[in-house]
Amino acid sequence: MKHMLTMEGVDRPTLDSLLNDADEFFEVMHRPIPKVPALRGKTVATMFFEPSTRTKLSFERAAKALSADILSFSPGTSSLKKGESLKDTVLTVKAMGADLMVVRHSSTGAAWRVAEWTGLPVVNGGDGCHQHPTQALLDSLTLRQHFGSLEGLRIAIVGDIRHSRVARSDVWAFSTLGAGVTLIAPPTLLPPDMTGWPAAARTDFDEVLDEFDAIYLLRVQAERGGASVFPSVAEYRERFGMTDARFNRLKPDTIVLHPGPMIRGIEIDSGPADDPRCKVLSQVTNGVAVRMAVLFQLLGGTREHE
Amino acid sequence: MRLVMSGEDMSRVLRRIAHEIIEKNRGVSNLVVVGIRTRGGPLAERLAALLEEIEATKVPSGIVDIGMYRDDIDTRPHIELGPTEVPGDLDGSTVVLVDDVLFTGRTIRAALDALADMGRAAVVQLAVIVDRGHRELPIRADFVGKNLPTSHNEHVTVLVAEIDGEDGVWIEGSDDEGSDR
Repeated sequence: MKHMLTMEGVDRPTLDSLLNDADEFFEVMHRPIPKVPALRGKTVATMFFEPSTRTKLSFERAAKALSADILSFSPGTSSLKKGESLKDTVLTVKAMGADLMVVRHSSTGAAWRVAEWTGLPVVNGGDGCHQHPTQALLDSLTLRQHFGSLEGLRIAIVGDIRHSRVARSDVWAFSTLGAGVTLIAPPTLLPPDMTGWPAAARTDFDEVLDEFDAIYLLRVQAERGGASVFPSVAEYRERFGMTDARFNRLKPDTIVLHPGPMIRGIEIDSGPADDPRCKVLSQVTNGVAVRMAVLFQLLGGTREHE
Repeated sequence: MRLVMSGEDMSRVLRRIAHEIIEKNRGVSNLVVVGIRTRGGPLAERLAALLEEIEATKVPSGIVDIGMYRDDIDTRPHIELGPTEVPGDLDGSTVVLVDDVLFTGRTIRAALDALADMGRAAVVQLAVIVDRGHRELPIRADFVGKNLPTSHNEHVTVLVAEIDGEDGVWIEGSDDEGSDR
């Protein structure tokens, strides 16, 4: 594995290997000294050209727990404001000694370009509405921890599929790991062309509410135009929100996931959000473990053997 | 390929090492036997069982994976990590680290770092089935099944019944670096 850019086309052995390593890093995180020397001397650059709290912190936490050094980039305080291009910015950071880059950018494909320009291993930390592969890994780890395996699980992804890089990554990881995936959204929030998606689509949530082992709620992404294709927030909540009433109609062992940040009162009410069956905080912890596995495998010796 | 230790020889060696451990430590109190993944794992369990049999006292055993502690992750293919399971806190205990082959000493160096992250053992001792020489670090074993003079490019393989279906130590000429990685 040279990069972690997309979940599309990643095979089962690769996913299993990353999740198995993540299990061991999860154990490391719960030790009295949650740090190992695996990446001592390596430098990870977190290049986030778009706002992020959890993903950036999570990668940095993962890199530190592996004893790597970090070059942390945020656009707000950078020379981008002075007109420096993306290419010059990443080449500058490479020249400072970065061994790997984590890239988040609002444009589809940005991480691929950075990989091309720098020749470094690159992790896509989210590119526009396209891919967010480590999110899919942490979601898969959370499901695997809870159910033992994803084989045969029925998973619904609910909400703004159209603008969601999380959904575009999750459908591939979940289906490759053996789960059946159903996308649930109003027609305006489904992708215009679903050809090639390993998933079914439904537009009426209530009709199929009790058919799933896990419900994955997405955030309505106002910043990507998600709010404009739906009449009102109230109507969205009415038909697709995880309200207390809907939560009570789920199978008693169904769990709820959310990539965060959760917007309470829109896609999820406070009752379900604070219920033990809502796995949001496990997802956050698992995010560090899977990112440790990704950094470990990309900066380990596998590059020379491919 | 040449057999240098049969399954029976290995059983005798383990039993002798168990007695040596008891002699050196004057019993088994505070003792924890920790194997280095992969083949050190079952060997540690067997040693713990023998110690228990001889001294009629429970001896805990565990396993340590050194994948996160290697000094050569840049230059070797990725090896999937395995669980590290050490019984309780190692603070103040006498740890007997167990591996199949002692070669360059780099595996042991990594294992010592891994152990240090799990508590401050009072003493760490090392038991190996085969010491084949060619150390690259100042490391020695306290308990050795067999000293086996080898050339650098020979390959020493320790088979363990729990993993390989049978016990035995084999040596073969090869360009490979050895089996203690």
